[in-house]
Amino acid sequence: MSPFFCLCSTGSDVACCYWICCSGGLELLCDSVKMHNVNVDLENGLEQLTMKDLLAWARTNLIKERPEMFMKGDTVRPGVLVLVNDCDWELSGQLDTTLQEKDVVVFISTLHGG
Amino acid sequence: MEEGNTIAKRAGSRLCCLCNERKPALKRPKTLEQICRDCFYNVFEEEIHQVIVGNHLFKAGERVAIGASGGKDSTVLAYVMSELNRRHNYGLDLFLLSVDEGITGYRDDSLETVKRNEVQYGLPLKIVSYKDLYGWTMDEIVKVIGLKNNCTFCGVFRRQALDRGAAYLKVDKLVTGHNADDIAETVLLNILRGDVARLSRCTSITTGEDGPIPRCKPFKYTYENFNQNHTYAYFKKLDYFSTECIYSPNAYRGFAREFIKDLERMRPRAIVDIIKSGENFRISTSTKMPEQGTCERCGYISSQKWCKACVLLEGLNRGLPKLGIGRSRFLENSNDNRKEAKRNDGDRSIESKQCGSLDF
Repeated sequence: MSPFFCLCSTGSDVACCYWICCSGGLELLCDSVKMHNVNVDLENGLEQLTMKDLLAWARTNLIKERPEMFMKGDTVRPGVLVLVNDCDWELSGQLDTTLQEKDVVVFISTLHGG
Repeated sequence: MEEGNTIAKRAGSRLCCLCNERKPALKRPKTLEQICRDCFYNVFEEEIHQVIVGNHLFKAGERVAIGASGGKDSTVLAYVMSELNRRHNYGLDLFLLSVDEGITGYRDDSLETVKRNEVQYGLPLKIVSYKDLYGWTMDEIVKVIGLKNNCTFCGVFRRQALDRGAAYLKVDKLVTGHNADDIAETVLLNILRGDVARLSRCTSITTGEDGPIPRCKPFKYTYENFNQNHTYAYFKKLDYFSTECIYSPNAYRGFAREFIKDLERMRPRAIVDIIKSGENFRISTSTKMPEQGTCERCGYISSQKWCKACVLLEGLNRGLPKLGIGRSRFLENSNDNRKEAKRNDGDRSIESKQCGSLDF
């Protein structure tokens, strides 16, 4: 069993769809659903979705409880690892990372003991 | 952070700094170079190998128990230890040792993971339970003591449980998956508690060499900030259990952890620096330090008449669960301590307290 919660995107005509995965206990904040197939409408004037937008969207639409466990301010809480297409988002600019269709975003919480 | 170019880079625009062949997946912790998955595995495993060899953690032929909870640190530890043991011929006999505290909905699930690890890694598993050792599960203890000091009980009991399990397996050493973040948290906690004795011991990579079973922490220099263990476990698709202990939200360590995570975000080296500070503490010779002896009741190592586990157990069995928590620490001397605590003389009362007794 893979203990990950992922956000991924699937193809779509208009809005961009993503798959979001949460792991490390984060899935508990989303009604224990690990994999989310997500459609995000782009706001007027925006050409591409950035991680910053996606996070804001996730906080409103995905996280059902205790948002402070997932985010702190604009970005993820310290201790949450973010992978975009299996690459650390530090490589692609963190919040400025632009997302494309069929992208897979994985959030892994590293906060508890192991 | 590459903020020079405003166009956000997609990870595919460069190649791995080490092999120059593959797409990078993350930044190498120490040097912030971008490396691919395979190079990450090599770098990670090689670093652990160097820590093991450089600190002379093991000798060939030793029997070693790996403290396994089913969580990411211990799973990665078990995987890497058995891999390095094979690759570099350490000549070790490895075992998995797991503690069942009796926490429904948490430990029973993670133990299933460890049982799978036993099969996946081919390492014999021994499980020790609080119920067998002490006659109490954590669930039962929490019903009596509530949610405030339960982690104190669990920590004390677990330490002994691991030693008893290790003795049963007749191992020479115990390894645990504690990493740099954990040790930094412990340093902070010991400072907050005024526990000078523990502070001087907690930063060593091998502890308890004068006790029943020495324990070492090969991940001592692994920063969690760069999330190495998680990343490693994720990429390698290791099987681990990842939910927080249901009782842990009230643990004091959580505050230290939150603080450390914030510090790390601003300056990643802060973690290692805290550990270095802990290592560099010098204790004044006039400070009263506890002497090591043995517990009168069970023979376990202890600096008091009775070891902490016996004090706590006595309290539980007598229906006095607060025994051993807070100021009335010692069975015999509880009245004296309470008198001391009531004195509000600032300096005088703090100096006269035996070290490690500033409980909150």
